[in-house]
Formats: sequence, structure tokens, C-alpha cells
Amino acid sequence: MIKRIFSVLMLAVFALTLASCASSEGSTGDDVLYVYNWGEYIDPEVLTMFTDETGIEVVYDEFETNEIMYPKIEAGAVNYDLVCPSDYMISKMIENDLLQEINMDNIPNRENIGEDYWKNAESYDPGNIYSVPYVWGTVGILYNKTMVSDPVDSWGILWNEKYKDEIIMQDSVRDAFMVAERYLGYSMNTTDEDELQEAKELLQEQKHLVQAYVVDQVRDKMIGNEAALGVIYSGEAIYTQRENPDLEYVIPKEGTNVWIDAWVIPRNAKHKENAEKFINFLCRPDIAYLNFDYITYSTPNIPARDLIEDEDIRNSPIAFPVLSDYDLEAYTYLGEKADRHLSALWREVKSY
Amino acid sequence: MNSSKNRYLASPYLIWSAGFIIIPLIMVLYYAFTDYDGRLTFSNVSAIIYYVNIKALVLSVIFSVVATLFCLLIAYPLCLILTTVIKNGSSFLSLIFILPMWMNSLLRTYAWQNILERKGVINGILAFLNLPPFYIINKPPAILLGMIYDFLPFMVLPVYNSVSRIDKDILNAARDLGADSFDTFVRIIWPLSLPGVISGITMVFVPSLTTFVISDILGGGKILLIGNVIEQLFTQDSDWNAGAGLSAILMIFIVISMFVTAKYDREDIK
Repeated sequence: MIKRIFSVLMLAVFALTLASCASSEGSTGDDVLYVYNWGEYIDPEVLTMFTDETGIEVVYDEFETNEIMYPKIEAGAVNYDLVCPSDYMISKMIENDLLQEINMDNIPNRENIGEDYWKNAESYDPGNIYSVPYVWGTVGILYNKTMVSDPVDSWGILWNEKYKDEIIMQDSVRDAFMVAERYLGYSMNTTDEDELQEAKELLQEQKHLVQAYVVDQVRDKMIGNEAALGVIYSGEAIYTQRENPDLEYVIPKEGTNVWIDAWVIPRNAKHKENAEKFINFLCRPDIAYLNFDYITYSTPNIPARDLIEDEDIRNSPIAFPVLSDYDLEAYTYLGEKADRHLSALWREVKSY
Repeated sequence: MNSSKNRYLASPYLIWSAGFIIIPLIMVLYYAFTDYDGRLTFSNVSAIIYYVNIKALVLSVIFSVVATLFCLLIAYPLCLILTTVIKNGSSFLSLIFILPMWMNSLLRTYAWQNILERKGVINGILAFLNLPPFYIINKPPAILLGMIYDFLPFMVLPVYNSVSRIDKDILNAARDLGADSFDTFVRIIWPLSLPGVISGITMVFVPSLTTFVISDILGGGKILLIGNVIEQLFTQDSDWNAGAGLSAILMIFIVISMFVTAKYDREDIK
């Protein structure tokens, strides 16, 4: 939320800078790197280590959703050197020419990223030219075993009247619609108007059961026993279980979204080489392991996974599910018109 | 002082208001009446009749009117008590009511979320006393509470100022001439405090009308106010034109309330 307000403030600042026709330059020093990442998505220690090893100072900002990140990069008022968007947003950025090619020769550690992940990444970045996978995961239901008596294996439980005011939904357009679309048996990338309307009506029907629509707070609310069921990213599940052992994560049988967040270098980045150094640093097994341990989101870094001492976590079906066991689908970029249409439908749900 | 020197002294404020008020306003209007390619269009502004937007606007107006009324109902008697009943230390007491403003309003709103939550402070106490739980979080009353709490100081301050400025001799004269307390209030205190009340109303009404933070944090994202719609258009859709169009509509309400204030200010001078 703070980030959301911040982004609105930033927009205001953008407007001012545009008005005064002043092009805002970043720091002119060479030993600096502007990183724009998801909230709580890196071990702060890693940033310190990077600065100690290379002498490059990292200026670090955070965003809450892809949709909040995008306009800032598009407006280009802050010249970020490295951003970590999700798959479908990367293809949108490629399509709108906001990214520059990464010189993979500068990233020898890329070999640590598993072959499968590079292959998956082709769906949003054909040829693996613009992005290096950072973390990946699924979206599923986190539930409290002491509060839910029915078996949780389907998105349908989120429409069960018994759990009125006990359900927390994602306040993020694509994730919210994905749940309804998958429950109805449609693709999460559908642009068919009838299917979208049906999904919208299903979400409206669900609204009186929903306690709140939030993003990052799902985690805290589930840990605090505020709700019985929540839609959450798999990476949060391990963390929440550490804090509250009553919680359990499931991938519903109707299938869900599998996503990859990857590093990209924006077109207007001023410190491309530093950005590549940083990506290479993050691909180092020990660093990837540190990050995994801190953020608990699945790492595509194979040697880093082998470093995990706790066998339960190394072989956890939450962190490292066998992908072929589930009906998984990645988001694709739908185009601006369809995106805005989906947003408008989402507002219809929220105003219902 | 001669007038040219006055003008010189005013110049920093002119630059300020040009750079931070007038130019941004022009930009909002520019975006509001153009489309993505910069062509003139009224569709951004007429989008207000879309039922989601009109509902959000109506809800916002209802919320802010009710919040303003509550603030006035709480603040006015308070200011009367502070100025008439407690004569010593009244400025200290009014300070206490303004004290919350020293803290960030976002933090205060999050604090209310913690207080009102299902496992929050209030319900913890109620559960301890074996009383039924109290659920208003993520419902309209919680948003209203947040607005009243956040904006009450903006009502207390101007009302207190105008009430405390009323000359005690006038009140004594009214008594001497046979007015009872009710007459004194209706014919002396209330009219003399009206400028403070009017500016208090504006200062509560405008931020309540435009807020999107309170409805997000205390409403659980379930109640869409016009501020939320505009915020989402800017941040999620990156559709500045549509966002600016609705902002322009919202400005009409703000301008109306400013005209009302200005009118009463002039009457005050007379």
C-alpha cells in the first residue's frame, strides 16, 4: 500500500518534471546500479555483499504489482538499470520496445539456471534474449487446517458459503480472473467476451464471501489467523508455514498459473554493464541460495537448490512441484486493449 | 509599504502556485480532454456516466458528506466546551485533539486496521470478556470511522479558532439584553463561528471525497470510491487520459466547495 501511494506520488512528480521540460537524469557516477524489484524479493545482505565485492552501489526500489511497475518504466522518469517483472509483463515490454538485449557473454553463471526454465522462458522471451529467470512459482490456495473442514483441492472452495468472510482474494487483475477462469474451465489468457463476462459474474457472486482483496497482506492475514482461505503465490507458502504450522498450500485440480519473474534491462538504462554484473552475481549458487532462504520463492538455480540442507524443503512439493503433475498455464500478454478491458471488468467486480 | 515592493515579496508564492498548482491543473485538463494520440475528446470526461464510475462518485459523496457531518457534530460542541466551560488550559486541550496530526495519517489508518481486525485489539478484549465480536472492518462503517478520525483535526482547528475569537463582551451584552443561552447560541455564537465552520467543512469534505487510501486499507478493497477508480486508472491501466478525465469531474465538486468558502469569507469581512 505504501508503495502504491508512493507510485501515485511518483506519477505526480513525473507530471511536474514533464511540465518543466527537465529531463531527470540519474546519478552520473559509474559505480551505481538502479534496481527496481518486487517488495521483499531479495536478501538485503546480498546487496551489501555485491557492493563489497564490486564497489558498485545499489539504489534499490520496490513495487507491488506488475501493473504499478509498468507505467514508471514507460514514463522513464527514473532510469532503472534492472527490473524484475513477470513473464507476461516482459512480453508486453518487449513488444513496446522498452527493453534492451542482455549480453549473455557477461553472465557466465547463467549456466546454473536449469534448462527447463530457459525453455519455459521462451514463451515470453523467444530466444532468451532479454531476460534471465530469477524466481518462479505457482498460484494456489493457502488454508488453515484448523478452520477448514472440507477437503481443499478445487478453486470451488472459494465459493463455499460456509466460509463467508473467511476468504482472502488477490487484488491483482490477472490473478483474480485466473481463479474464476480456471474454475470455469477456460484458459487464463482468454479474451473471449462471453467467457470474460462469465468469469466476472462468478467473481461478483463470490464477493459477499470475500473478507478482503489484498496483495502482500495475504501472508500476514493468514499467519495471524484472520482468515481461513487465501489465494497466494507458492513462494509465500513456505514462509507462512514457518510462522504458522496450521497453514497448508494446495494447487487446485483445475490447474493454475505457473509464473517466472526474470531480470530485464530497460531500454533507457544508464549502467548496463553493472546490471549484467549484478545478474551474474545473483546467478551464483551461494547467492541464489541466500535469496531462496530469505524470500522462500522457488529458485530456478539448480546448484543453489542442491545447497538447501533441509531435505523437506529441497524436495518440497510446494517449492519444487513436479510440473507435469499439474495442469499449469503461464500468462501471456493480451495486448493493451484487452488489458484495459480486463481492468474495467475487475472494477465492475470491486464496485459490485 | 508600496505596492511594487509587495509584488516583489509575492513572487516566490507566484512561482510556487504556478509550478505546483496551475501547471499541474492545466496538465490534468489537457489529459482529460485528449486521447492517447493527443486528439481532442470528451470520452474521458463522459466516462463518469459509466455505472461503475457514477456509483463510485455517489458513494464518495455520501461517505464524505456523512464524515463531514460527524466531524462537525463532534468538533463543534468540543470547541464550545473548550472555550466556554474550560477556560484555563483550553488551548492545551485543543492541542491534544490536534496532536494525532503529528503522526503520518497512513500509519494511523494502518493502526485502525490492527485495532478493528477480527483478531485485532478490540476483538481480543471482547473475546477475553466473553462478549460477542465486533466486525466492522472491511465494511462501510470502518471507512467512515477512518475518515472521521483522520480528518477531525481539520474541523477542530478552524472551528476552535473562530469560536475562541468571539468577543465575550458581545455574549455578555446579549445576556444583558435578555437573550437566553439558546438565543445567544442561535443568534450570536453560531453566526459568528460560521466562517470557521465553513472552512472546516471544506477541509474535511475535500480530502474525504478524494481519498483512496482509507477505503483500501479499512475497506479491504471491497468498496470502490472515486479516488480508487482514479488511482487504478493511473497505476494499473497506465491510462492517464481516463484518470485525468475523472479527476476533472471530481474537481468540479472541489471548485464548488471553494466558491462556497470564498463567499462566506467575504461575508465575514463585511
